[in-house]
This record gives sequence, C-alpha cells and structure tokens, in this order.
Amino acid sequence: MKTPLLIPTTTDRCIPLFGSTVRAGFPSPADDFVERPLDIHDYLVKHPAATFFARAEGDSMTGFGIFSGDLLVVDRALQPQHGDVVIAAIDGELTCKVLDLNERLLRAGNLRYPPIELHDNAELIIEGVVVHSVRHHRCLR
Amino acid sequence: MFALVDCNSCYASCEQIFRPDLRNKPVVVLSNNDGCVIARSKEAKALGVPDLQAYFKIRPLLERHKVSVFSGNFRLYGDISRRVMDSLRHFSPNIEIYSIDEMFLDLAGMDLPLQQYGLTIKRAIWQQIRMPVSVGLAPSKTLAKLANYGAKNIPSCEGVCLLDSPRKWQWLLRQVPTTRIWGIGSRLGQKLARMGIHSAGELADSNPEMIRRRFNVCVERTVAELNGISCLALEEVPPDKKQIYCTRSFGRKPTTMEPLLKAVSLYASNAAEKLRRQQHLVRTIQVFIHTSPHQSGYYSNSTVVQLPFETDDSRLIAAHARQAVRAIYRPGHAYLKAGVGLIELVSRRHHQADIFQNHQSVHTDTLMQTLDAINRRYGRGAAFLASAGRGQGWPMRQQYCSPAYTTRWHDLPVIRT
Repeated sequence: MKTPLLIPTTTDRCIPLFGSTVRAGFPSPADDFVERPLDIHDYLVKHPAATFFARAEGDSMTGFGIFSGDLLVVDRALQPQHGDVVIAAIDGELTCKVLDLNERLLRAGNLRYPPIELHDNAELIIEGVVVHSVRHHRCLR
Repeated sequence: MFALVDCNSCYASCEQIFRPDLRNKPVVVLSNNDGCVIARSKEAKALGVPDLQAYFKIRPLLERHKVSVFSGNFRLYGDISRRVMDSLRHFSPNIEIYSIDEMFLDLAGMDLPLQQYGLTIKRAIWQQIRMPVSVGLAPSKTLAKLANYGAKNIPSCEGVCLLDSPRKWQWLLRQVPTTRIWGIGSRLGQKLARMGIHSAGELADSNPEMIRRRFNVCVERTVAELNGISCLALEEVPPDKKQIYCTRSFGRKPTTMEPLLKAVSLYASNAAEKLRRQQHLVRTIQVFIHTSPHQSGYYSNSTVVQLPFETDDSRLIAAHARQAVRAIYRPGHAYLKAGVGLIELVSRRHHQADIFQNHQSVHTDTLMQTLDAINRRYGRGAAFLASAGRGQGWPMRQQYCSPAYTTRWHDLPVIRT
C-alpha cells in the first residue's frame, strides 16, 4: 500500500488588504469587515520556535489514531503530562508513544507492542509533546 | 546589563537535534566542499580533533575514533538559529543578532536575579530547541563576551557566568590575554604586547587617554567597556552589507576555462539574489580566480568591472563576471578558487536614475522578482541561469549532508511509532 503523504505545494500565506480596488465606484460594503482568512498553521502551531514537524512510521499507535505516514506536530515548549502523546528518545532512537506517569510507562496504542518502562530520569528522554497529527485521506499520486 | 547567548558548537549541535543517538558523541561539520572542519562537538574537541584542519589530513583520526562527519547543512543551521532568536525574544524586548550563533540581549532595567535568569534562558533554549547555549552576563557588551568565554571554560559556571562586580571581572580579565577580548585582533595584541600590555587585566588598567593617542577611539572604548562602562549600544537592525562576496573552493580543481565561467555565473547570480533581498543595486563588481598557494606555479588574478548602469539583474552581473574571467584566465593551471564580489552598492531607496543614461528596465525588475519568487517557493536553484550550467561535478561536494529536517517537507524526521 502506498503511504499517503501530505505535502503542501506552497507555504505562501496571504493577507488581504481590501476587498475592492481603490478606483472610483461603489465600494464593497464588506471592506470594513475584512479579516485575515483562517490559517491552519495558527491553529496547529502555538509555539513556532519550539514546534517541529515529523513523519510517523509504523503501526504501534493506531489505537490512538496515528497511522504510518501521518504528519506529527511536536511542541517542545510544553511540559509533558500524564496521558500526552509524546516523542521519546529511547536508546538514541526517536519513537512516539503515550506517556503514563502513574505507572511510569510509555504505552503503545497496539496490543502487539508491550509498554516500555521508564527509569529514573524519565523527563530526560521526552523530546516533545505531539499536539496534533495530520492525516491525508486521499492518496497522492 | 547585557547578556550574550552563544550556541555551543552551533553546527555540530544542530546535527544532534534530530539524532539523539549522536548526543554526547563526537561530531564534526565540514566546510563547503567538505574541505575542512568548521565545527566540533565537545567530545570531538576532547579527542584532539583540530579546528579548521583539512578533512583529508585528519580523516584517519576521525575514523579511528568513529567521529560522525557531516557536510555543512546551512539550511538547517539557518532555521535553527532563527528559532533560537525567536525564543530569545521572550527574554528581552531588545536583542541583537550578532552572528548565526550569538545574540546579545539588553537586560537594562530588569530587576531580576540575573544568574537565575541566565540559567532560565539556557534551560528554555535546550528544552524548546535542543540547542545547548552558554550565557554571559555583564554591564557592557565587551564584558558580556568575556563572561560568555567564562561560561564555556569555567566548569563550575555550568554554562552561565555573571560578571556583576568589578572584583569578578577583574579576576577573569587577569586570566586571559588581550587577544581574547572582543575587538582586539592578533595585530593589535602584538602592538599592545610591545607596550608591556599582555593580559586583558593590564589593558583594562591602562590609561584610556594614552590608549586613544597610541591607537584610536575604538580601543579606548574597549578599555572603558572592560571597566564596566557600557559604550557600545545594541544594534537591533543589522546594517545592510556594504559589499557582497560569493566565493568558493572547487571540489575538483578545473584546468579549463569552461567550469570557471559556470562557477562565476552561479556566484554572480547568488550574490545578485542577496543584493535584491537587501534592496540594493550594484555599480561595480570584482572577479577573482586563483590556484592553490601551496602548489608551485601559484597564479592569482582579479579584476574590477564597472557595470553600464546600477543593476540587480543576475543576467547582466553574470555576463560581466564571465567577461572578466575570460580576461584574467591563463591556461595551464588547476584553479582552486573563484569568486565574485559586488563592491559598490547603492540602496534602491536612494537611487536616482540618470535620464541621460541607460537604466534597468521595469521588465527586468519583474523578471528578477519572479525568479526569486520561484526559488522561494520551489527551493533554491529551481530556476537558474543557463550559463551557470547544471552541476557537472563542480558545484559543492557534500558527501555527508544531513536532511533539511525543518525546511523541506520531504526531509522531515521520521519517528518510529
């Protein structure tokens, strides 16, 4: 199966100045009400300097709705809390799991993957909190 | 009060951000064309890997110690540097970007426990970006630079050094030579040494009047700064470049003219792109080529070319640069380096077209804007001058380049779930 990848073709963002041109004639009654269009970046990214994007690969998080090929929005400015989906560095490798602070475990969202025990300085290995994941529902050619 | 925040082994640390397996391991970064080592992680320094050493010479050493080697990935370093700066803006309303890895923060009027504040900054930059930084705090920029040196080199500082009393900075000034001080180069250092001024402490204690008479007002200012009197203000808006140079060594040294022509076309268009970004036009350019000074039959030549009118047209600048190469090229050499310098710039704002002379057409302006827009959208080099040619082995040699993790969708880090 081909992994669907979400790759925007442009990063330009537009800011409208006026709805109608300045030439003579009847001005658009909407001119006074022009707002910036909604920008998905603002919605997904609260701490721009500390936010990184990553690509998920594997099936251990399907139970939490994260599938192979999904885009992960990772915020490093947030303090990881119990129940957060986090990126952790385990033996030098980055992995995505759910943080269970009560049991001190990293849990997978798939029964085939056993939980990983956290040892003493757990906070040292948490690389960031996954605040959103983005799925593409139509396969790109 | 000023803080100088400096990224530790900046480029090497950037390579470790998305590679936790490389943290606390020896890492080096090579210059353009994988020529020499330009950054070393702490661990690589500890192994005795020398700075600015030719890669081929120390390759056996690097392999023996399993040092990870990267080609310079400046897209990544630039983006990480931007993130560090953005984060630092939360700690002071006034910051000066001094270089890709150093930023000054103005902490004037902040009634804070400064040592603690420095530590907070250090921790925040590590948490948010995974960039290790050192913080130097002092009442002048020159002392803040020195404090940063202390933060890096005095283990008990743990990366934050506050020089908030004469006793503290005088102690540190006595430990370092004058050439450690910001603005004191080796030439000036030698001159000072001849006057019996060796340590930075001796410089701080010298008579400012005498220093001004023997040197100039800048050195006098340095003396005042070393005594905790702030003379240098923060430069919040980086000044436009007065000259733009684009120069590079060849991966494989060309022995014919054709590769040189292509190279200067590329350098000219890169320089023109920078020129347009800062809204300037160029009147005069310089072009140079030379062979390796370490080999016999060294040949070096350069020429200065007046352009027909002030311009930022990549095509026109490249055409004149090529013409210049034809004039200074001599056969029978293996060329090491070529370069193009835009040396006489005028701001577009202050530029006045002469009605009796040719000037750049509006069509050209539009074309150049379009060229830049295409390259912004589709990546550098998406549209380029045909005279620069498609890479035939001569552009950069970058054997060990890491992905552009933060600036290209195809290069995002992959996380195993």
